[in-house]
Amino acid sequence: MSAKDAVVKDRRNPLKIARGLGSSQSGVGHWWTQRVTAVALLLLGVWFVVTVLCLLHADYATARAAVAKPWNALLLIAFVLTMFWHAVLGMQVVIEDYVHVRWKEVVLLLAIKFLAMLGALASVLAVLRIALTP
Amino acid sequence: MADTQRPLSPHLQVYKWQVQMVSSILHRATGIALSVGTLLVVCGLLYLAGGEESFNHFKNLIASPVGLVLLVGWSWALFYHLCNGIRHLVQDTGLGYGISQFVRSSWLSAAGSIVLTVLVWAYVLTAGGAA
Repeated sequence: MSAKDAVVKDRRNPLKIARGLGSSQSGVGHWWTQRVTAVALLLLGVWFVVTVLCLLHADYATARAAVAKPWNALLLIAFVLTMFWHAVLGMQVVIEDYVHVRWKEVVLLLAIKFLAMLGALASVLAVLRIALTP
Repeated sequence: MADTQRPLSPHLQVYKWQVQMVSSILHRATGIALSVGTLLVVCGLLYLAGGEESFNHFKNLIASPVGLVLLVGWSWALFYHLCNGIRHLVQDTGLGYGISQFVRSSWLSAAGSIVLTVLVWAYVLTAGGAA
């Protein structure tokens, strides 16, 4: 059945059928999100390094108190989420470029997404536990 | 490689090594290293949330010789990816594609990453060592 027949039968606009096909698919979404998270990580990453350096010889109570401060907890969660998001986008490109066996590619793409999600959730839970436990 | 019988175009091994090539490869390599390095951030937070004993255990882990090697490696990877990432963001605006500019900015991100790594570890050493 040609595309034209399908249109007549479905009474749908041809654009409706064409949309989402072709090499573009999600367009520049992946590329743009990688740039947005990169800019966020520029700021959050520098903040994170400075914060860690300030806590260089901190004992347990000092380190805990620092993470529990509202601004630090907020920025820490933002940093961790952005970090994993950016890492998944980057690793996805690496896997798509170098893994040429389709099933291995799909398995790896799923694996990095699951691992990143677990890592992000574990980090957020840890920060919340420190920030919310008196 | 793909299971194909097609003739393939020449790959890395036929080209003379150039700094632009190295800066691009390093950006990917450090990106992969940093993806693994996210474990360090997660571990740090989990150990801190786990109480005083587990936090001290984490401090001993990262102050061990293997921990220090990983920390130095990851800090350089972070700073390289940061510097070269800024370079890529600038290039995304269409700037800096002349060959001489491209070579110069490649060297600049390499130098910047080393300077930042040295500065941070100099600070750590003068402040009395890691952890």
